This record gives sequence, structure tokens and C-alpha cells, in this order.
Amino acid sequence: MSDMSIVEAVRDALEFEMGRDDRVIVLGEDVGGSGGVFRATEDLQKQFGTSRVFDMPLAESAIIGSALGLALAGLVPVVEIQFMGFTHNAFNQITEQLARIRYRSYGSLSAQVTIRAPFGGGVRAPEMHSDGFEAHFTHCPGLKIVAPATPADARGLLLSAIRDSDPVMFLEPLRGYRLIRGAVPTGDVTIPIGRARVARPGTDCTVIAWSAAVEVATKTAEVAAADGISLEVIDLRTLVPLDTDAIRESVVKTGRVVVLQEASCTGGYAAEVIATIQEDADMFFSLKGPMTRVCGPDTPYPVQLLEPAYLINPDRVMRIIRSVLQA
Amino acid sequence: MLLGRRFDERCVNLQRRGLMVTLAPGIGQEACSVGSAMALDRSTDWFVPQYREAAGQLFYGLPLAQAFLWHMGSPLGFLIPPELHMLPFQAAVAGQIPHAVGLAWGLSLQKKPGVVVVHFGEGATSQGDFHESANLAGVMKAPVIFFCQNNYWAISTPSKLQTASPSFAEKARAYGFPGVQVDGNDLLAVYQVTCQAVERARSGQGPTLIEAITYRLGMHTTADDGSRCEPPGMRDAWRPKDPLLRVQLYLKQLDQWSEERGAEMDQEIAVELDRAWQTAQAEPPPSLAESLSHVFAEMTPRLRAQAEANRENS
Repeated sequence: MSDMSIVEAVRDALEFEMGRDDRVIVLGEDVGGSGGVFRATEDLQKQFGTSRVFDMPLAESAIIGSALGLALAGLVPVVEIQFMGFTHNAFNQITEQLARIRYRSYGSLSAQVTIRAPFGGGVRAPEMHSDGFEAHFTHCPGLKIVAPATPADARGLLLSAIRDSDPVMFLEPLRGYRLIRGAVPTGDVTIPIGRARVARPGTDCTVIAWSAAVEVATKTAEVAAADGISLEVIDLRTLVPLDTDAIRESVVKTGRVVVLQEASCTGGYAAEVIATIQEDADMFFSLKGPMTRVCGPDTPYPVQLLEPAYLINPDRVMRIIRSVLQA
Repeated sequence: MLLGRRFDERCVNLQRRGLMVTLAPGIGQEACSVGSAMALDRSTDWFVPQYREAAGQLFYGLPLAQAFLWHMGSPLGFLIPPELHMLPFQAAVAGQIPHAVGLAWGLSLQKKPGVVVVHFGEGATSQGDFHESANLAGVMKAPVIFFCQNNYWAISTPSKLQTASPSFAEKARAYGFPGVQVDGNDLLAVYQVTCQAVERARSGQGPTLIEAITYRLGMHTTADDGSRCEPPGMRDAWRPKDPLLRVQLYLKQLDQWSEERGAEMDQEIAVELDRAWQTAQAEPPPSLAESLSHVFAEMTPRLRAQAEANRENS
């Protein structure tokens, strides 16, 4: 065990996996000499050389598209996209090409590619650097979407993502990069993709969250506990595939559901979670009232001075939970 | 080349009878497709097609029945035999170009001997993926050959509306590698320039852009015949330059071709096409449940449930 921030845990996973498997290469903008804009690849080029860590031309579509080709040539590329908003420059390469190479070769080709990108707001980043576009990709068949909330999960899940023979989008909480610290097991300790975790056990209401919103949920649970309300926080960890069993276990117990989603509301992944609960007879018949979601408003992600009002926070979540408990 | 021509003709015919889906015949461009493939070593090199590349794909080793299945709309047409160094047909214009660059770069990083030829039309050079990929290939000195078939038409848009550059070949200059123009209807010329580019790539000198000047003698696709925009007489002016006629003329001069030999070859090809068409038709209809197993290496719980539901419904 050692104490790490999320960004340190990511770096540690990259170092570990590059040491374990010499097919693993890292490519992205400024990932070499500078160690990445968030230092997630710090010193990797020094350690593994310029034929394993590549500073790429500033062109996301070519980075992702060539990563698919590199994988077909037998390498295991781990791509860093500096901010999730920039993945849209490569949207066709991710959704039409990378995500469907297995399908469009009838299983005869596959692409072991991991795309890492930080996302979410709250660090006063420039416009278009804070977007939470996870739902643009959860709707794309052929992609696994992982969004850890803790340093231990970031490390263990990144190891699993790199080893997964299918493309994985690995979304890192920008706000938690340095702020969230914790004990991280070192060595070859993986966490399986597709398993949620109970971040805090409780009995009155299930609060489902992922990435940076998990911290909002656990802080809300502390506030609630002082009021005698027991919240169970489920950290999804993986959006695709969704761990329906873990959700069921909690919902059947509490009968109440609130889903937190930092991104704007309409068409977001919270709707998918709620639809999944609604379709499941065991969960549906155990509900004591309507499910709800706490989301960002339906505006583009705002500039800095509006961020505090835009972002979901424990006060707002608590108000909504009180109304849910009264319904 | 002749097989590619007859295959495309057969497919258009079958499509008109409702037995095939929309397809893009490469009629008139076979010298580009086949001449470039001839310059490759199948054991190490990769052929990356666009959607109008049946002639080159068949030459390179795609089984005929497989090509028929693709044009029938069967997912089995997607299957790439394991020994074949080829990517599937690419429907998105320029989408395949960065894959070819990554593939070539990846081979060189691992000190593997292969080079990659990627095909696209002149319209694709307007796409960001062409620019980004060519730029990257130049920086990384990837052993890739960008083969641009300038067939004058992107559906209905003439090549002069794609670029203000005097040629497509000269775009290579900005990426730091050579660009050459070749008569794309001359099989031997295409073969020769591709051999030079392959040699360059193999010896670690990096990419080449080849602009092959050719003409689309067929339609854009069976669903969209861009010829309504062609100036009157333009296609007819290109007909005598048909790459097949030119190969035949050349062989005739060497006493290697006669009308009888041509008829014989056509007969042999017709038999081969009949046989492959029967094989393709004999395939059982594709199963949706089976296709669900080709999304990920292992089905997710939801895909498993969907496969189960599909089995119950069928």
C-alpha cells in the first residue's frame, strides 16, 4: 500500500504495465518530455525511451486512428487525450472505427486500445476543457466506459483496461486528480471492469454516482447521517458494462433511488441507470416512490464564474433527497 | 484485373436484380488497385482498401465468395481470413487512412519488415483524416504508401472543386515526403511507381504519396450515378484509355493476347464467379444472436440478455 493521488495512481499503473508488458506504448500530446499536462505520464519517456512514449502531432483523430493501426500491428497503445472535450475531434475514429473493428471484421480483428481522458468541471479550466460527455460514448456499442472515483480504483481499473482486448475509454475525474488521495495497493492488483462498489453502506436511500460525483454523494451521506438519514452510496466505477446486480442489491434494500450526474441532464447516463432499474421487476416493485436524478442544467458547460452554481453539491443533493424520502 | 472487372459487372447486374445491396464498382480503375497490390509482398505487407477496391482485394487474396457476401449485405463478408494482411472494406471516406499509418508505424517500431498501401480517392484528401494521417506519417517516417486514385469525381463533384493545389501529388511536399503522379490507367506504370515507393518505405525512408490519374468509367455507386454531372463526351473520351484495353494492346504486341484467349479467360472467370456466387448463396442466413457475440471478446450481461431474448423471439 502507498498513499497516492488519482493522477499518481494513474501514472503508477502506466509504469507498472509498461514494465510488465513491452507491447504497451503511450501516445498523446505532450506525454513525453513534459510528462503530460497533468503529469500523468511523468518520467515514463525517461524510463522507457522514445520508442515507447510518443509526443504526437496535435491531432486527436490521427492519434486514435493510428492507435487502432498500432494495435492491429501487435502493440498495446494507451492514448492520452488531454481533456475529454477534445475526444470529439476524434469522434468518428472512436465510434465508427475503433469501437466497431471487432464487429466489422466479424470477430477476426480487434483493437486493444485504451483512451485516457480527464473530464468534469470544478477546476476553473478554460472553456471547453470541463465537459462531461460520457453519455456520447456510452451510447456507442463496442466501447467499454470506465470512470473511477478513487486512487485505488484508478490504478486497478487502468491495469484491467490496458489488458482488455477491446477498446476502453478510461475517464479520469479532473477535479479529483490531486485533491482525492488514498491508500493504493501496489503490485499486480487489478480491479475487474464491470463491477460497482458500495462506497458507503446505508438503508434509507440509494445514491448512485460515478467519477467526481461519488465524492459529492459521500459528503452528502455524512451530512445526512447527522440528521439520522442513512444513505447508501453506489460508485458505478464502470458505466459500460453496467453492474445491474450491485444496483439491484442496494435498491431492493432501500426502495429509494437518486442518481447523480455532473453533466447536463437530457439524454445523460443517469437516465440509462433509471431505465435499467425501472425495467427490472425486483427493483421496480421494491420502490417506495419515484426515482430522480440530480444533474447539471441543460446548458453547455459554463465558464469559470458560473461553475459553483452549475455543479451539483451536497446541499442541493440533500434537498432533493429530503423530498424523495417524503414522496 | 479482368476478374475484378467481371466481378464488378456481375455485382451490378445482381444488384439490379435485387440480389445485392448498394455497391461501388471500380470499373476503369483496376490498374490502380491491382498494379499497386502487385508491388506488395503478401507475407509481410498490408493492403488497406477503400470501398471501391474489389479488383485489388481479389488480387491480394480475398476469397471471391467473401466479396459476394459483403455485397449481399451479409456480416460474413466482414471476415478477414487470418493469413490475409488486409483490412475490411471502408465505407467512411478517409476513415482507413490513419489505421494504415498506425499499422505501418507499428510494424516499423517492432522492426517487422512490412509496408502498407492505403487506397483512397481524391475527394478523401479534403478530409481531416487524410491531412492528420499524412502529417503523422511524415513525422514518424512510417513505411506507408498513400495511394490516391484521382478518378476526377467524388460522386458528382469534380476534382478541381476539392483543392486549389495544381495537383494532389504535391500535397506531399507539405508533409515532408515525395509525391508522384502516375498514369493510373497504365498497369505497368502504376506497378513501377508503387515498387519505388515500397522500396523507399522498406529501406526506412518513409512514406510516399502516389496520385494516380484515372477515370471512373462506372457509377459512383449503384444508388447514385454521378455521371449526370459529367460534361457530354467526357466519359467517351476516356473509354479508349480503359486500363484493360491497354493491357490487352500491350500483350498483343508481345503476341500474348488474342480474341480467342480473351474469350477463354472470360469463360474461365465466368465459371469461377458462378461457383463463388453459389457458395455465397449457400451460406445460411446470418443470425442476429451470433452478431451480438462480435461486439466484445466476451458478451456483456446486457448483450447476453439480448441474445437470449432474440433466441426466444425467433
